[in-house]
Amino acid sequence: MNTIPEINYLNHPKGIKSWLLTLDHKRIGVLYLVSILTAFLLGGIFAVMIRLELLTPGRDIMGPQTYNQIFTLHGAIMIFLFIIPGIPVALGNVVLPLMLGAKDVAFPRLNLASWYIYIVGALVALYAIFSGSVDTGWTFYTPYSTETGGAVVAMTLAVFILGFSSIFTGVNFVVTIHKLRAPGMTWFKMPLFIWSIYATAIIQIMATPVLGITLILLALERIVGIGIFDPAMGGDPVLFQHFFWFYSHPAVYIMILPAMGVISELIPVFSHKKIFGYRAIAYSSFGIAFISFLVWGHHMFISGQSQLASMIFSFLTFLVAIPSGVKVFNWTATLYKGSIWLQTPMLYAFSFLFLFTIGGLTGLFLGTLATDVHLTDTYFVVAHFHYVMMGGTVMAFLGGLHYWWPKMFGRMYSIKWSRIGTALIFLGFNVTFLTQFVLGTKGMPRRYYTYLDQYRPLNFYSSVGSWILALGFIITAIYLIHSLRKGKPAGNNPWGGLTLEWTTTSPPPTENFQTPPVLTHGPYDYDTADVKPTI
Amino acid sequence: MDTTGTLIMPPAGSTIASEVDWLFYLILYISIFFFVLVVGAATYFFIKYRRRGEIAPTSQVDHNIKLEIVWTVIPLAIVIILFFLGFSLYMRMNIAPKDALEVKVTAQRWLWTFDYPTGINSVNELVVPAGKPIKLLMSSNDVIHSFFVPDFRVKMDVLPNRYTSVWFNAPYPGQHNIQCSEYCGKGHSEMLGIVKVVSDREYTEWLESAAGPGEGIDLESYGEQLFTSKRCVTCHTVDGSLNVGPSFLHLFGENVYLQGGSQVRADENYLRESILAPEAKVVDGFEPVMPTYQGLLKPRDIDALIAYIKSLGQEQGEQQ
Repeated sequence: MNTIPEINYLNHPKGIKSWLLTLDHKRIGVLYLVSILTAFLLGGIFAVMIRLELLTPGRDIMGPQTYNQIFTLHGAIMIFLFIIPGIPVALGNVVLPLMLGAKDVAFPRLNLASWYIYIVGALVALYAIFSGSVDTGWTFYTPYSTETGGAVVAMTLAVFILGFSSIFTGVNFVVTIHKLRAPGMTWFKMPLFIWSIYATAIIQIMATPVLGITLILLALERIVGIGIFDPAMGGDPVLFQHFFWFYSHPAVYIMILPAMGVISELIPVFSHKKIFGYRAIAYSSFGIAFISFLVWGHHMFISGQSQLASMIFSFLTFLVAIPSGVKVFNWTATLYKGSIWLQTPMLYAFSFLFLFTIGGLTGLFLGTLATDVHLTDTYFVVAHFHYVMMGGTVMAFLGGLHYWWPKMFGRMYSIKWSRIGTALIFLGFNVTFLTQFVLGTKGMPRRYYTYLDQYRPLNFYSSVGSWILALGFIITAIYLIHSLRKGKPAGNNPWGGLTLEWTTTSPPPTENFQTPPVLTHGPYDYDTADVKPTI
Repeated sequence: MDTTGTLIMPPAGSTIASEVDWLFYLILYISIFFFVLVVGAATYFFIKYRRRGEIAPTSQVDHNIKLEIVWTVIPLAIVIILFFLGFSLYMRMNIAPKDALEVKVTAQRWLWTFDYPTGINSVNELVVPAGKPIKLLMSSNDVIHSFFVPDFRVKMDVLPNRYTSVWFNAPYPGQHNIQCSEYCGKGHSEMLGIVKVVSDREYTEWLESAAGPGEGIDLESYGEQLFTSKRCVTCHTVDGSLNVGPSFLHLFGENVYLQGGSQVRADENYLRESILAPEAKVVDGFEPVMPTYQGLLKPRDIDALIAYIKSLGQEQGEQQ
């Protein structure tokens, strides 16, 4: 019978102060987890409101101005407060040092500072929402964003602050990975999750400053009218789009790379098999990170940029499809002749494969210049983006959360209810967003408060899907919270994993390991190492 | 011609549309192939190698260079082909034939204005002859908009600081929706228009009638037509409900409260000024977003609109 260790990082030391001043990476990870899930809840409520308003054409529950604010907040909160920090700060913070066999991250104080900066950024964003809100869309395109009312400067300041949190985390992880690996852990014996976090950190460090500069320019434009984006003063509004996407395209890889890392952990563990193409998966993360800096112009094929620029960006965009494809093929090959255990994390990994493949393939329509012209700025893009970000990143996040939950909190959630939750989320997601591909090909533009009558049936189905999705998330929240107190003790290694976090107790002690671990096998050596699931 | 569209594409209303659709379906079939390949294989493995009791993986092969090369090179070749197909069609979509009829398009929140070479203009209604290449030279008076006609498969951003252009050739008479597809604020989703593709004869007739509009009908009915055709209806209602701008019901003769606290009586001169210089007197509680109609309306048009607003009642004004 498994038991919870009497002294672990969760219960020792006690008190609010010990949490708020903690330097323990696991506690900071938990603080982050609570923070980003709060943001996810808020962004999700806005999403359901959007779908309610779009249930029928015309006014359903709010006016056009409120609607514009709601979709802006849905995007801004989901992106800047949930999905960009997302997997690295919550799951990464908890498991990265454990996987490396380290006591903590390289700079524990910087780690705590990054959480506080995140909270300050979130509070400034809340201030922006309540002091006039924002109706620019999360993309802040000029000249709309320099002319419209509302708290645009406060919102950009919030995003600016959040950028520092992201950079701090990136720097911390890079140094930790370089310096704190357990004896015996060479680069090619690192778990693939670490590789993907490393590639992510590089993008965070290199791209985020560009966003900061762009937002400062936007704020200066609004406050003192420097004219850099203002055509009346010789500026160029399209320049803003270049600056913005120079960050925001790499940023979508900040969002998806860690997700790919999680999937690379889940699939070998639940197939009890060596991962197929370790090096190909590791290198492809860096291939993606590198090319991601060179494709931003594919957001702007109809913005008036030159045809030559569009041609080059289209070509480079197709190149970035290749390393993503390589990963998907390798994961699928890993399943071949494995021993596949249909536990909830693996169900999420399957959802990821299914949905991310659709998300990736629909990217082909958008990378192809002639078809992009018809599809860009329609619901096709909305659907594509959600298939990659929600079908990809959120599914992987949920998979990772269910995978490491017993390690983080020492207890198991209800297997039955978690399967029901997964099924509802998978079903609801597809009903919501598959319909939106067709809305897009039929020509419904995005960010529409109302729509032509021909789009009525598909919008209705999409809204119904959002309720199924919401129900799935409510069930998931309930059984996870319930498991914190009532769940069965999980034991050290419930899934039979080979990475180092499974060698310590669940939950781990503050110092992570009783004795410093020494690596005796690779992360996926299921052919030689003897390990079995214990639940 | 394909007038109903397919299950997933709208009707093909321009010469280029069927080419775009051909490419679209090519990519769709390639995508379906790869989806079935990957997800089909994964599903099959999930079922076939499902764990039943003991853990017994039957293979621990962890790499295969030949396989890696195959699944890198084949997709690479496919995407390079797609790139070239997409690019060559894109160039044809971008380069208008030299003999194209040129119409100037002005976008502003939240309407489209079309200026014809003959000097006439129309709002939210682009009338073009069938079977002739049409080139639109576009610019915006305020923020960025995007000119999108789904049936034509054309879309182009409309910018405040420069011209952009699209062209199309609609071979058959019919009507096609224009939708603004770059977010531009409150009225974004109502910034709609129609492309009317007509025969040569109808086009000539239309040009003539547009040059001398509203002849032979009384001012009030003509004003009612203009209220819709000049898109006042996007922001103003005639039933008293609130929209982006004030309602016209019982407006005439009423005292209007302006921003800054002053008042003005809604007489003919106030209405005229509000149409031609909307920013001069902004009604309290509304934002100064209305574009000027200077140059878009002839004197008789303005008279007609005022007559129409008068006809919507002035009981309240008289009571005060």
